[in-house]
Amino acid sequence: MEFMILIHGDESSPRLAPGDPGFEEFMGSWMAYNQMLIEGGHWVSGANLAPTITATTLRHTPGQAPEIVDGPFAETKEQFGGYYLISAENLDEAIELAKKLPMDSGSLEIRPVAFRPDAA
Amino acid sequence: MLALLTRRFGDLDAADDAVQDALITALTAWQSGVPESPAAWLYTVARNTLIDQLRRDRASRRRLHEAAPELTAHHTTAEQEEEDDLIMDASSLGDERLRLLLLCCHPALDRDTQVALTLRLAGGLTAAEVAAAYLLPEATLTQRVVRAKRKIREAGMPLSIPANLDERVDALLRVLYLIFNEGYLSRGNAHVTRVDLITEAIRLTRQVVDELPASAEAEGLLALELYHHARSGTRVDALGELVLLENQDRTGWNLDEITEANARLHSAMARMSPGPYQVQAIIAGHHANARTAADTDWAAIAELYAQLGRMAPNPVVELNRAVAISMADGPLAGLAVLDRLTGLDEYHLFHATRGELLARAGRPAAESFERARQLTSNEAERRHLERRATEVAS
Repeated sequence: MEFMILIHGDESSPRLAPGDPGFEEFMGSWMAYNQMLIEGGHWVSGANLAPTITATTLRHTPGQAPEIVDGPFAETKEQFGGYYLISAENLDEAIELAKKLPMDSGSLEIRPVAFRPDAA
Repeated sequence: MLALLTRRFGDLDAADDAVQDALITALTAWQSGVPESPAAWLYTVARNTLIDQLRRDRASRRRLHEAAPELTAHHTTAEQEEEDDLIMDASSLGDERLRLLLLCCHPALDRDTQVALTLRLAGGLTAAEVAAAYLLPEATLTQRVVRAKRKIREAGMPLSIPANLDERVDALLRVLYLIFNEGYLSRGNAHVTRVDLITEAIRLTRQVVDELPASAEAEGLLALELYHHARSGTRVDALGELVLLENQDRTGWNLDEITEANARLHSAMARMSPGPYQVQAIIAGHHANARTAADTDWAAIAELYAQLGRMAPNPVVELNRAVAISMADGPLAGLAVLDRLTGLDEYHLFHATRGELLARAGRPAAESFERARQLTSNEAERRHLERRATEVAS
């Protein structure tokens, strides 16, 4: 199966920039996680997203032309910030892999991928 | 009679139990008059018990075979199916039951759903029975189960023994204890007929103990449930009023159940793997084995609550420790512990306990009883607290 891990976090919390003390360690933990997925055969795809200020939502209403909305879909304390598309045997394995993400705040949404046109 | 039933049903143990049950039923039923043919009466009662049991076993087997393939059908790969087949060949029906129980209590399902699924799929209850037990409209319950089945099927939740078995067993035991407590606490509610959640919880806990003989906590939970159940007949008097532990008629406690609980607890503790259920069972065992309320070893119980608080910090445990200390060292010592407690201001038993300790210390207590009464919706408890408020005021 394939699972999508949606990473939600608070954008306004301070984040490290290249050159800041600790930046290398911070990036290193993410690179190590990616490497773990790749070596374990779980990696399908993953990306960091630009902040929600760049977000546009396309909202569909039956019988009407789609409405284009400036901003992310829902206004909450946490914003969608990135994702991984992974391959796992079942939900239990997907949860275990998601638990290894180097995050100490925010939340993750895990959903099976129903259909992916470019899947092998 | 036993031989007759055994031949008819092919199961000596079950037949034996059924005859014993029939004799116990007779003890109360015959108080108003012995039937014309006592032997025929006993035979009929025992036979009906066995038929009920068979029907229930068959229903549970059928449910398992219906539920399991349906829940796994959409996400098994060929390889996994092969592996499952191998496990199935080597496993008993009991192993499938355990898998189903673990799946029903999967952490990706919310707590209410875990409870509903456990009773509905792993337990022997109909949707109507589960709904009635939790005072829900049947449609709500059915909806919850349908949604959960869909999530299990579509979110890729496996019906396999999980890698993190200990963690998952903890979740399963928590659900069984929740079901047990719901049954136990609703006992005072005389106006509502509920299915016996206590019996169901004990039956399911027994299954888990049988399937996981290495789990000390599963057997500890079984001992805890048996100790409580042994006393359940004396918790409420003929008028439906709550009877406090110290005033309960100890001759009415079920000695067979206490004996079994003692053996279960002993067996659990022999595994040298302590946990909160075992500690709670030791505490319940102190009460159940004390011949009179005055024989209770309150100092030991206070120490056990302290131990429990260290395993799983919880203000309610601290409240119980305060009670034990007040019994061992007097109400003022107990009140001193209560005064340091925070986070229980909305909990009726905190105020009820405070009221009792204040009354014993000869201080004004009516206000605490009144506050406790406002915070509970259980009718029997409300009446009890009202009575105490009046008693201490006069």
